[in-house]
Amino acid sequence: MPKTHYELIILGGGPAGLTAGLYAARARLDHLLIEKGATGGQVLNTHWVDNYPGFPDGISGYDLMEKMAAQAARFEMNSIIREVVRVELPEHGPKIIGLDDGSRLTCDSLIICSGARANSCGAPGETKLLGKGVSYCGTCDGPFFRGLHVVVVGGGNTAAQEADHLTKFAEKVTLIHRRDSLRATKVVQEKALANPKIGFIWNSRVSAIFGDKEVEAVEVTGNDGAVSRLAAQGVFVFIGITPNNAGLPLDRLKADENGFIPVDVESCTCVPGVMAAGDICAKETRQIINACGDAAVAVLSAERYLMNLERTP
Amino acid sequence: MASDKVQQISDADFASVTSSAQPCLVDFWAPWCGPCKALGPVIDEVAEHFSGKAIIAKMNVDDNPVTPGKFGIRAIPTMILFKNGQLIDQITGAAAKAQIIDLVNKAL
Repeated sequence: MPKTHYELIILGGGPAGLTAGLYAARARLDHLLIEKGATGGQVLNTHWVDNYPGFPDGISGYDLMEKMAAQAARFEMNSIIREVVRVELPEHGPKIIGLDDGSRLTCDSLIICSGARANSCGAPGETKLLGKGVSYCGTCDGPFFRGLHVVVVGGGNTAAQEADHLTKFAEKVTLIHRRDSLRATKVVQEKALANPKIGFIWNSRVSAIFGDKEVEAVEVTGNDGAVSRLAAQGVFVFIGITPNNAGLPLDRLKADENGFIPVDVESCTCVPGVMAAGDICAKETRQIINACGDAAVAVLSAERYLMNLERTP
Repeated sequence: MASDKVQQISDADFASVTSSAQPCLVDFWAPWCGPCKALGPVIDEVAEHFSGKAIIAKMNVDDNPVTPGKFGIRAIPTMILFKNGQLIDQITGAAAKAQIIDLVNKAL
Protein backbone atom coordinates (compact mmCIF):
# COMPACT_ATOMS: atom_id res chain seq x y z
CA MET A 1 0.00 0.00 0.00
CA PRO A 2 1.41 3.45 -0.86
CA LYS A 3 2.38 5.68 2.01
CA THR A 4 -0.39 8.12 2.95
CA HIS A 5 0.73 9.64 6.26
CA TYR A 6 3.62 12.03 6.89
CA GLU A 7 4.92 13.91 9.92
CA LEU A 8 5.05 17.05 7.82
CA ILE A 9 3.45 18.09 4.53
CA ILE A 10 4.54 21.26 2.75
CA LEU A 11 2.15 22.86 0.25
CA GLY A 12 3.88 24.71 -2.57
CA GLY A 13 7.28 24.76 -4.28
CA GLY A 14 8.25 28.43 -4.45
CA PRO A 15 11.03 30.00 -2.34
CA ALA A 16 9.15 29.32 0.93
CA GLY A 17 8.23 25.75 0.03
CA LEU A 18 11.71 24.82 -1.19
CA THR A 19 13.30 26.35 1.92
CA ALA A 20 10.86 24.42 4.11
CA GLY A 21 11.73 21.30 2.09
CA LEU A 22 15.45 21.90 2.60
CA TYR A 23 15.07 22.36 6.36
CA ALA A 24 12.68 19.40 6.68
CA ALA A 25 15.00 17.12 4.70
CA ARG A 26 18.03 18.17 6.76
CA ALA A 27 16.04 17.62 9.96
CA ARG A 28 15.26 14.12 8.60
CA LEU A 29 11.58 14.74 9.15
CA ASP A 30 9.21 12.31 7.47
CA HIS A 31 8.02 14.90 4.95
CA LEU A 32 6.40 15.49 1.57
CA LEU A 33 6.29 18.65 -0.55
CA ILE A 34 3.35 18.97 -2.93
CA GLU A 35 3.60 21.36 -5.90
CA LYS A 36 0.87 21.60 -8.54
CA GLY A 37 3.09 22.44 -11.49
CA ALA A 38 6.43 24.08 -12.14
CA THR A 39 8.72 24.40 -9.12
CA GLY A 40 9.84 27.96 -8.41
CA GLY A 41 6.73 30.03 -7.82
CA GLN A 42 6.36 33.65 -8.84
CA VAL A 43 10.13 34.20 -8.88
CA LEU A 44 10.16 32.35 -12.21
CA ASN A 45 8.38 35.37 -13.68
CA THR A 46 11.17 37.66 -12.53
CA HIS A 47 13.80 38.36 -15.12
CA TRP A 48 16.51 39.36 -12.67
CA VAL A 49 16.88 39.27 -8.89
CA ASP A 50 19.28 41.84 -7.43
CA ASN A 51 18.22 41.79 -3.78
CA TYR A 52 18.85 38.19 -2.73
CA PRO A 53 22.12 38.21 -0.76
CA GLY A 54 24.96 35.97 -1.84
CA PHE A 55 24.70 36.82 -5.54
CA PRO A 56 26.78 39.99 -5.92
CA ASP A 57 25.99 40.32 -9.64
CA GLY A 58 22.34 39.34 -9.23
CA ILE A 59 20.82 36.16 -10.63
CA SER A 60 17.96 35.28 -12.94
CA GLY A 61 14.74 34.21 -11.24
CA TYR A 62 14.89 30.81 -12.90
CA ASP A 63 18.53 30.19 -11.93
CA LEU A 64 17.87 31.16 -8.32
CA MET A 65 14.95 28.75 -8.07
CA GLU A 66 16.86 25.98 -9.82
CA LYS A 67 19.62 26.37 -7.22
CA MET A 68 17.10 26.28 -4.36
CA ALA A 69 15.55 23.12 -5.79
CA ALA A 70 18.96 21.50 -6.32
CA GLN A 71 20.00 22.35 -2.76
CA ALA A 72 16.86 20.73 -1.34
CA ALA A 73 17.33 17.73 -3.65
CA ARG A 74 20.88 17.26 -2.33
CA PHE A 75 19.36 16.41 1.06
CA GLU A 76 16.73 14.16 -0.51
CA MET A 77 13.72 16.40 -0.21
CA ASN A 78 10.66 14.28 -1.00
CA SER A 79 8.24 15.94 -3.46
CA ILE A 80 5.40 15.19 -5.87
CA ILE A 81 3.64 17.16 -8.61
CA ARG A 82 -0.04 17.11 -7.64
CA GLU A 83 -2.80 19.60 -7.01
CA VAL A 84 -4.27 19.95 -3.54
CA VAL A 85 -8.01 20.53 -3.79
CA ARG A 86 -9.01 20.43 -0.15
CA VAL A 87 -7.38 20.82 3.25
CA GLU A 88 -9.22 19.73 6.38
CA LEU A 89 -7.98 20.66 9.83
CA PRO A 90 -9.91 18.65 12.42
CA GLU A 91 -9.79 19.71 16.11
CA HIS A 92 -8.08 16.43 16.93
CA GLY A 93 -6.04 13.97 14.93
CA PRO A 94 -4.12 14.33 11.69
CA LYS A 95 -4.61 17.07 9.13
CA ILE A 96 -6.17 15.86 5.87
CA ILE A 97 -4.95 16.81 2.40
CA GLY A 98 -7.31 15.97 -0.50
CA LEU A 99 -5.61 15.60 -3.90
CA ASP A 100 -6.98 16.19 -7.40
CA ASP A 101 -7.49 12.47 -8.10
CA GLY A 102 -9.73 12.05 -5.06
CA SER A 103 -7.04 10.41 -2.91
CA ARG A 104 -6.19 11.68 0.57
CA LEU A 105 -2.99 12.14 2.50
CA THR A 106 -2.70 12.89 6.20
CA CYS A 107 -0.04 14.65 8.25
CA ASP A 108 0.73 15.63 11.83
CA SER A 109 1.97 19.08 10.86
CA LEU A 110 1.42 21.25 7.81
CA ILE A 111 3.29 24.20 6.32
CA ILE A 112 1.27 26.23 3.82
CA CYS A 113 3.51 27.86 1.20
CA SER A 114 0.97 28.07 -1.60
CA GLY A 115 1.96 31.64 -2.44
CA ALA A 116 0.07 34.06 -4.61
CA ARG A 117 -0.46 34.93 -8.24
CA ALA A 118 -0.66 38.13 -10.26
CA ASN A 119 -3.86 40.15 -10.07
CA SER A 120 -5.70 40.88 -13.27
CA CYS A 121 -6.64 44.54 -13.84
CA GLY A 122 -10.27 43.70 -14.58
CA ALA A 123 -10.49 45.74 -17.79
CA PRO A 124 -12.89 44.44 -20.45
CA GLY A 125 -10.88 42.54 -23.07
CA GLU A 126 -8.18 41.43 -20.61
CA THR A 127 -9.25 37.78 -20.39
CA LYS A 128 -10.06 37.46 -24.09
CA LEU A 129 -6.67 38.81 -25.12
CA LEU A 130 -4.57 36.86 -22.60
CA GLY A 131 -1.65 35.42 -24.55
CA LYS A 132 -2.60 37.68 -27.48
CA GLY A 133 -0.83 40.72 -26.10
CA VAL A 134 -2.03 40.66 -22.49
CA SER A 135 0.66 39.25 -20.20
CA TYR A 136 1.66 38.98 -16.55
CA CYS A 137 5.24 37.90 -17.27
CA GLY A 138 7.78 40.27 -18.83
CA THR A 139 10.56 37.72 -18.89
CA CYS A 140 8.36 35.17 -20.70
CA ASP A 141 6.71 37.37 -23.25
CA GLY A 142 8.87 40.49 -23.72
CA PRO A 143 10.73 39.08 -26.76
CA PHE A 144 7.42 38.79 -28.67
CA PHE A 145 7.14 42.61 -28.64
CA ARG A 146 10.33 43.58 -30.46
CA GLY A 147 9.94 47.04 -31.99
CA LEU A 148 6.37 47.42 -30.70
CA HIS A 149 4.64 49.68 -28.16
CA VAL A 150 3.65 48.08 -24.87
CA VAL A 151 1.76 49.38 -21.87
CA VAL A 152 2.73 48.44 -18.32
CA VAL A 153 0.01 48.73 -15.69
CA GLY A 154 1.14 49.37 -12.10
CA GLY A 155 3.67 51.39 -10.11
CA GLY A 156 5.29 49.02 -7.62
CA ASN A 157 8.59 47.16 -7.77
CA THR A 158 7.46 44.58 -10.29
CA ALA A 159 5.91 47.14 -12.64
CA ALA A 160 8.93 49.47 -12.60
CA GLN A 161 11.48 46.66 -12.92
CA GLU A 162 9.62 44.86 -15.70
CA ALA A 163 8.97 48.15 -17.59
CA ASP A 164 12.72 48.64 -17.63
CA HIS A 165 13.31 45.04 -18.77
CA LEU A 166 10.70 45.36 -21.54
CA THR A 167 12.58 48.30 -23.11
CA LYS A 168 15.17 45.75 -24.26
CA PHE A 169 12.58 44.57 -26.76
CA ALA A 170 9.82 47.13 -27.16
CA GLU A 171 10.29 50.34 -29.11
CA LYS A 172 8.43 52.21 -26.38
CA VAL A 173 6.98 51.33 -22.98
CA THR A 174 4.22 53.40 -21.42
CA LEU A 175 3.71 52.88 -17.69
CA ILE A 176 0.21 53.69 -16.48
CA HIS A 177 -0.21 54.13 -12.72
CA ARG A 178 -3.19 55.19 -10.64
CA ARG A 179 -1.02 57.37 -8.35
CA ASP A 180 1.21 60.35 -9.15
CA SER A 181 4.51 58.59 -8.38
CA LEU A 182 6.08 55.13 -8.29
CA ARG A 183 5.97 53.05 -5.12
CA ALA A 184 8.98 50.95 -6.13
CA THR A 185 12.29 50.80 -4.20
CA LYS A 186 14.33 53.95 -4.90
CA VAL A 187 17.06 52.27 -6.98
CA VAL A 188 14.41 50.59 -9.15
CA GLN A 189 12.50 53.90 -9.53
CA GLU A 190 15.64 55.78 -10.54
CA LYS A 191 16.41 53.28 -13.27
CA ALA A 192 12.89 53.36 -14.68
CA LEU A 193 12.53 57.16 -14.52
CA ALA A 194 15.91 57.62 -16.27
CA ASN A 195 15.07 55.18 -19.08
CA PRO A 196 14.36 57.27 -22.20
CA LYS A 197 12.18 54.51 -23.70
CA ILE A 198 9.70 54.61 -20.80
CA GLY A 199 6.88 57.15 -20.81
CA PHE A 200 4.57 57.67 -17.83
CA ILE A 201 0.87 58.33 -17.56
CA TRP A 202 0.10 59.17 -13.92
CA ASN A 203 -3.20 59.20 -12.01
CA SER A 204 -4.80 56.87 -14.55
CA ARG A 205 -5.88 53.31 -15.12
CA VAL A 206 -6.46 51.03 -18.11
CA SER A 207 -10.24 50.80 -18.37
CA ALA A 208 -10.49 48.64 -21.51
CA ILE A 209 -8.28 46.61 -23.81
CA PHE A 210 -9.20 46.55 -27.49
CA GLY A 211 -8.34 44.10 -30.23
CA ASP A 212 -9.89 41.30 -32.18
CA LYS A 213 -7.18 38.65 -32.66
CA GLU A 214 -4.53 40.58 -30.75
CA VAL A 215 -4.18 43.71 -28.64
CA GLU A 216 -4.48 46.89 -30.71
CA ALA A 217 -5.15 49.63 -28.16
CA VAL A 218 -6.07 50.43 -24.57
CA GLU A 219 -8.53 52.89 -23.13
CA VAL A 220 -7.01 55.05 -20.40
CA THR A 221 -9.24 56.68 -17.81
CA GLY A 222 -7.77 59.39 -15.64
CA ASN A 223 -8.67 59.84 -11.98
CA ASP A 224 -10.35 63.06 -13.17
CA GLY A 225 -12.60 61.02 -15.49
CA ALA A 226 -10.90 61.96 -18.77
CA VAL A 227 -10.91 59.08 -21.26
CA SER A 228 -8.38 58.56 -24.05
CA ARG A 229 -7.32 55.79 -26.39
CA LEU A 230 -3.73 54.67 -26.77
CA ALA A 231 -2.50 52.38 -29.55
CA ALA A 232 -0.41 49.51 -28.14
CA GLN A 233 0.34 45.90 -29.06
CA GLY A 234 1.06 44.62 -25.56
CA VAL A 235 -0.39 45.12 -22.07
CA PHE A 236 1.68 43.89 -19.11
CA VAL A 237 -0.24 43.93 -15.83
CA PHE A 238 1.66 44.15 -12.52
CA ILE A 239 -0.82 45.35 -9.91
CA GLY A 240 -0.41 43.21 -6.86
CA ILE A 241 -1.28 39.65 -6.01
CA THR A 242 -4.10 37.29 -5.07
CA PRO A 243 -3.44 34.48 -2.56
CA ASN A 244 -3.48 30.88 -3.80
CA ASN A 245 -5.88 29.74 -1.10
CA ALA A 246 -8.30 27.47 -2.98
CA GLY A 247 -9.25 24.50 -0.85
CA LEU A 248 -7.91 25.98 2.39
CA PRO A 249 -10.27 26.30 5.37
CA LEU A 250 -10.09 30.10 5.48
CA ASP A 251 -12.46 30.56 8.43
CA ARG A 252 -10.54 28.07 10.53
CA LEU A 253 -7.26 29.78 9.64
CA LYS A 254 -8.83 33.21 10.36
CA ALA A 255 -7.76 34.49 6.91
CA ASP A 256 -7.95 38.26 6.44
CA GLU A 257 -10.47 39.97 4.16
CA ASN A 258 -8.17 39.45 1.16
CA GLY A 259 -7.67 35.75 1.88
CA PHE A 260 -4.14 35.92 3.30
CA ILE A 261 -3.32 33.85 6.41
CA PRO A 262 -2.16 35.53 9.64
CA VAL A 263 0.87 34.00 11.37
CA ASP A 264 2.87 34.85 14.48
CA VAL A 265 6.63 35.44 14.62
CA GLU A 266 7.18 31.68 14.79
CA SER A 267 5.27 31.29 11.47
CA CYS A 268 2.43 29.53 13.32
CA THR A 269 -1.18 30.03 12.26
CA CYS A 270 -3.98 29.96 14.83
CA VAL A 271 -4.37 26.19 14.26
CA PRO A 272 -1.89 24.10 16.27
CA GLY A 273 0.54 22.24 14.01
CA VAL A 274 -0.25 24.42 10.99
CA MET A 275 2.38 26.90 9.88
CA ALA A 276 2.43 29.23 6.88
CA ALA A 277 5.30 30.94 5.07
CA GLY A 278 5.84 33.22 2.09
CA ASP A 279 3.34 35.26 0.11
CA ILE A 280 0.27 33.41 1.44
CA CYS A 281 0.85 35.08 4.82
CA ALA A 282 -0.90 38.28 5.84
CA LYS A 283 1.98 40.76 5.95
CA GLU A 284 3.17 43.98 4.37
CA THR A 285 6.51 42.89 2.95
CA ARG A 286 6.71 40.11 0.40
CA GLN A 287 10.27 39.46 -0.69
CA ILE A 288 12.05 36.24 -1.63
CA ILE A 289 14.30 36.56 1.38
CA ASN A 290 11.56 36.83 3.98
CA ALA A 291 9.60 34.01 2.32
CA CYS A 292 12.69 31.83 2.86
CA GLY A 293 13.14 33.17 6.38
CA ASP A 294 9.50 32.51 7.29
CA ALA A 295 9.86 28.96 5.98
CA ALA A 296 12.98 28.12 8.00
CA VAL A 297 11.18 29.32 11.13
CA ALA A 298 8.08 27.32 10.14
CA VAL A 299 10.01 24.04 9.99
CA LEU A 300 11.62 24.66 13.37
CA SER A 301 8.12 25.35 14.76
CA ALA A 302 6.88 22.15 13.14
CA GLU A 303 9.73 20.20 14.77
CA ARG A 304 8.80 21.59 18.19
CA TYR A 305 5.14 20.77 17.59
CA LEU A 306 6.00 17.19 16.54
CA MET A 307 8.21 16.70 19.58
CA ASN A 308 5.42 17.80 21.95
CA LEU A 309 2.97 15.61 20.05
CA GLU A 310 5.12 12.54 20.75
CA ARG A 311 5.19 13.36 24.45
CA THR A 312 1.42 13.70 24.64
CA PRO A 313 -0.14 10.31 25.37
CA MET B 1 16.23 14.66 -16.82
CA ALA B 2 14.01 15.19 -19.87
CA SER B 3 11.70 12.31 -20.66
CA ASP B 4 12.35 10.52 -23.96
CA LYS B 5 8.56 10.37 -24.29
CA VAL B 6 8.51 14.10 -25.12
CA GLN B 7 9.05 14.70 -28.83
CA GLN B 8 11.03 17.76 -29.94
CA ILE B 9 9.39 19.14 -33.08
CA SER B 10 10.20 21.88 -35.59
CA ASP B 11 8.48 23.97 -38.27
CA ALA B 12 9.51 21.24 -40.74
CA ASP B 13 7.70 18.33 -39.07
CA PHE B 14 4.94 20.25 -37.24
CA ALA B 15 2.22 19.45 -39.80
CA SER B 16 3.02 15.76 -40.01
CA VAL B 17 3.20 15.29 -36.21
CA THR B 18 0.00 17.21 -35.41
CA SER B 19 -2.00 15.57 -38.20
CA SER B 20 -1.96 12.36 -36.16
CA ALA B 21 -5.27 10.75 -35.19
CA GLN B 22 -3.82 10.61 -31.67
CA PRO B 23 -4.17 13.82 -29.64
CA CYS B 24 -1.00 15.89 -29.87
CA LEU B 25 -0.07 18.50 -27.26
CA VAL B 26 2.52 21.04 -28.37
CA ASP B 27 4.29 23.02 -25.65
CA PHE B 28 5.70 26.22 -27.16
CA TRP B 29 8.72 27.32 -25.12
CA ALA B 30 12.05 29.14 -25.25
CA PRO B 31 15.29 28.82 -23.29
CA TRP B 32 15.03 32.44 -21.99
CA CYS B 33 11.62 31.77 -20.42
CA GLY B 34 12.01 30.68 -16.78
CA PRO B 35 8.45 29.40 -16.33
CA CYS B 36 8.80 27.41 -19.59
CA LYS B 37 11.97 25.71 -18.38
CA ALA B 38 10.50 25.06 -14.93
CA LEU B 39 7.47 23.48 -16.63
CA GLY B 40 9.77 20.93 -18.31
CA PRO B 41 9.55 18.27 -15.56
CA VAL B 42 5.75 18.72 -15.48
CA ILE B 43 5.52 18.14 -19.25
CA ASP B 44 7.72 15.05 -18.77
CA GLU B 45 5.25 13.66 -16.22
CA VAL B 46 2.31 14.44 -18.52
CA ALA B 47 4.09 12.52 -21.29
CA GLU B 48 4.57 9.54 -18.96
CA HIS B 49 0.88 9.75 -18.01
CA PHE B 50 -0.27 9.59 -21.66
CA SER B 51 2.41 7.20 -22.86
CA GLY B 52 1.12 5.45 -26.00
CA LYS B 53 -2.20 7.37 -25.93
CA ALA B 54 -1.19 10.90 -26.92
CA ILE B 55 1.78 12.67 -28.44
CA ILE B 56 3.42 15.21 -26.15
CA ALA B 57 5.69 17.53 -28.09
CA LYS B 58 7.75 20.66 -27.52
CA MET B 59 8.63 23.41 -29.96
CA ASN B 60 11.39 25.96 -29.32
CA VAL B 61 9.93 29.27 -30.59
CA ASP B 62 13.40 30.79 -31.12
CA ASP B 63 14.44 28.07 -33.57
CA ASN B 64 11.03 27.82 -35.25
CA PRO B 65 9.52 31.19 -36.16
CA VAL B 66 6.85 29.98 -38.61
CA THR B 67 4.49 27.87 -36.47
CA PRO B 68 4.26 30.24 -33.46
CA GLY B 69 3.50 33.08 -35.89
CA LYS B 70 0.78 31.05 -37.56
CA PHE B 71 -0.96 30.55 -34.20
CA GLY B 72 -0.46 34.15 -33.06
CA ILE B 73 1.59 33.12 -30.03
CA ARG B 74 2.58 36.17 -28.01
CA ALA B 75 3.03 34.44 -24.67
CA ILE B 76 4.85 31.35 -23.52
CA PRO B 77 4.50 28.76 -22.24
CA THR B 78 1.49 28.16 -24.48
CA MET B 79 0.22 24.62 -24.87
CA ILE B 80 -1.98 23.83 -27.87
CA LEU B 81 -3.83 20.57 -28.32
CA PHE B 82 -4.27 19.20 -31.85
CA LYS B 83 -6.03 16.18 -33.29
CA ASN B 84 -6.12 15.24 -36.98
CA GLY B 85 -4.39 18.56 -37.65
CA GLN B 86 -7.22 20.55 -36.02
CA LEU B 87 -6.70 22.89 -33.05
CA ILE B 88 -8.87 21.58 -30.19
CA ASP B 89 -8.01 23.91 -27.30
CA GLN B 90 -5.12 25.72 -25.63
CA ILE B 91 -3.70 27.00 -22.32
CA THR B 92 -1.47 30.03 -21.86
CA GLY B 93 0.85 30.22 -18.85
CA ALA B 94 2.54 27.73 -16.55
CA ALA B 95 -0.48 25.56 -15.79
CA ALA B 96 -0.82 22.88 -13.13
CA LYS B 97 -0.15 19.28 -14.16
CA ALA B 98 -3.81 18.40 -13.56
CA GLN B 99 -4.93 21.23 -15.87
CA ILE B 100 -2.64 20.03 -18.65
CA ILE B 101 -3.92 16.46 -18.24
CA ASP B 102 -7.52 17.75 -18.42
CA LEU B 103 -6.63 19.59 -21.64
CA VAL B 104 -5.24 16.46 -23.33
CA ASN B 105 -8.22 14.41 -22.12
CA LYS B 106 -10.49 16.67 -24.20
CA ALA B 107 -9.26 14.91 -27.35
CA LEU B 108 -9.02 11.34 -26.05
